[in-house]
Amino acid sequence: MNSPLLELKGLCSTVFSEDTDQQIPILKGVDLAINKGEIHVLMGVNGSGKSSLAHVLMGHPNHQITEGEARFDGTPIQDMEPDERARAGMFLAFQYPHAIGGLPVGTFLKAAVEARRSEEVPFRVFKRELDAALEKLGISKEFLGRSLNEGFSGGEKKRNEILQMHLLKPTLAMLDETDSGLDVDALKKVFHDVREFANQDNALLVITHYDRVLDYIQPTHVHIMSDGRIVKSGGADLSKRIDEEGFEAVLGVEASV
Amino acid sequence: MSSEKTEVDFDVAEINKDYERLYGFHTNTDYLKNSTRGVSPDIIRQISKIKNEPEWMLEFRLSSLEIFNSMPDPTWMDGSVFDEINYEDLYYYASAGDKKYNDWNDVPEDIKDTFERLGVPEAERKFLAGVSAQFESEVVYHHLQEELEKKGVIFLDFDTGVQKHGDLIRKYIAKLVPQGDNKFAALNSACWSGGSFVYIPPGVKVEIPLQAYFRINAESIGQFERTIIIADKGSSVHYIEGCTAPTYSKTAFHTGVIELFAEEDAYLRYTTIQNWSTNVLNLVTQRAIAKKNATVEWMDGNLGAKTTMKYPAVYLAEPGARGRVVSIGYANKGQRQDAGAKMIHAAPHTTSSITAKSISHNGGRSSYRGLIKVNKGASHVKTDVECDALLLDDFSESDTYPTIDVRERKDVSVMHEATVGKVSDETIYYLKSRGIKEEDALLMVVNGFIQEFTRELPMEYAVELNRLIALEMEGSIG
Repeated sequence: MNSPLLELKGLCSTVFSEDTDQQIPILKGVDLAINKGEIHVLMGVNGSGKSSLAHVLMGHPNHQITEGEARFDGTPIQDMEPDERARAGMFLAFQYPHAIGGLPVGTFLKAAVEARRSEEVPFRVFKRELDAALEKLGISKEFLGRSLNEGFSGGEKKRNEILQMHLLKPTLAMLDETDSGLDVDALKKVFHDVREFANQDNALLVITHYDRVLDYIQPTHVHIMSDGRIVKSGGADLSKRIDEEGFEAVLGVEASV
Repeated sequence: MSSEKTEVDFDVAEINKDYERLYGFHTNTDYLKNSTRGVSPDIIRQISKIKNEPEWMLEFRLSSLEIFNSMPDPTWMDGSVFDEINYEDLYYYASAGDKKYNDWNDVPEDIKDTFERLGVPEAERKFLAGVSAQFESEVVYHHLQEELEKKGVIFLDFDTGVQKHGDLIRKYIAKLVPQGDNKFAALNSACWSGGSFVYIPPGVKVEIPLQAYFRINAESIGQFERTIIIADKGSSVHYIEGCTAPTYSKTAFHTGVIELFAEEDAYLRYTTIQNWSTNVLNLVTQRAIAKKNATVEWMDGNLGAKTTMKYPAVYLAEPGARGRVVSIGYANKGQRQDAGAKMIHAAPHTTSSITAKSISHNGGRSSYRGLIKVNKGASHVKTDVECDALLLDDFSESDTYPTIDVRERKDVSVMHEATVGKVSDETIYYLKSRGIKEEDALLMVVNGFIQEFTRELPMEYAVELNRLIALEMEGSIG
């Protein structure tokens, strides 16, 4: 049998806090397997470690894996730089994408696409792909001349992340609270585009605080995270129960920690 | 989106060459046999004689030398900068040939090869209206498009300018930078050689740039370019200068004096891409005057040199005059970029803006030294200053010395903003998470930081500049 696209076994991590100059434990033994063709939704209250998990997997400099295993496509990722992970096919749509003054979106996108493919992409080829993606996502070309994420509205930032996902074609796309800060119309549009992206050759890990994204995307798996662990997993019905009964009722006492 | 810009910016990350290979070469220096080190009235007389100058110029030189000899070093900068200047050890005049050419094919092989390697003839073919190439003290090549010549445009090396348009030069020289303005201006006035004399007749628009390229080849050279540009009423011109030199252990000296005159409704832009090797002291005085509704812009890029001291100034003399300075400084290990700008609002309804960006790296030091002066009576004035410093590590330095002197109260708006920042790990992480390697990510941030400067350059220069930054930063990440 093929190994899962992403496989986590007993994953523990710490984050470095600049305020206290200390390593703070975050993940406390995460087990998870994601296969191609699957859409996983990871839910949990604030501070449960959802976003940290995404950053641990992407290789954030302040997050350290302390125990356990994380494999992507069968390869341990612990010693890989974020750019190596990205080139291998991982992607994270940031909740708070960084702004870089003077770096036009178009320039950035071309650099990212070329990095992902580890080859120079002729301008004409890139432009064709870019135009197609812009049209599909309904993004104006003027957007490309703006400085990356500088002065972007919340919605623009999120759409820019999704645009990158479409161009970079990762095999594992992690979406960190992509729904936050979006109004209903924008939410609908963005998750329509996310759904369009999903296919049998890739997988999604959608991190969200609210279950409203489930109106727009059909997960194959739903996980609930609490205090650095995945404490419950199930199918789409699990989120429905949370919606109706709340985190606490579904998880019992441990969710209220 | 501009497709061209996309390609420009991206070229940056792919270039992996070093200064030594690109610019660090030098050619035969036998011609120094005929040169003497040090400066004296005799040397000055010799220079003047070689150039077959009129008497008034010799007098101008000799009186300047006296002023130089009597002047102390500037006191507002720490003396260590000046202590390393060994005036006796320098060659104040060196010439590799005795002729100037207007066809590259005629230029002596050695020198032609030098400029070929620097890409000057190629640039001329592609996008320049005129080129002047200076090798040590003398301009060796000079050419202006015929159609501009027919329109009355004058673009000459300064020596030839003195020969052919002596009266005009006599009228303008040292009007903006007096002989005794500062010690180095005095030295330049005494020993000047080369540089350009440019005159644009009324209403003539020179659509593509004129360029001067300055090359130092031998060790211990003092290069003293002297430039005057006059843009007559309603004319426009963009002049670009570029500079490189091989690296030697001994200090070389580049001391230019540049005076720009923008008459009514004229537009004059002067762009510098300075990339001297890190044994060159680059002490330049640049000053301009803008008359009624005229615009003067200094685009000042300082990447090279051991020490740069340079504060382009615009004297806004009549209503409607505009002045603008956009500068970047890149201070790497052992380098000091002391740059800035001066705007003197001497008339009402004048505007100015200064954007100064500096990058300090590997212990380099960048400073912004600026002056905004609004004279009594200069009402309805608007001036903006923005200076931003980017530190690429914890042990590089940046400081700002702004002076704002406002003597008029009526409708005067003065804005001054200064920021100091570092490239955050989070930003680099964001770019890396897209597959971009760390050194390329850093470069993208730096190029973004100076984009306000690069976007003002003709595309070919934007490419060149980004390439220079790329090689400066190469190997900076372990």
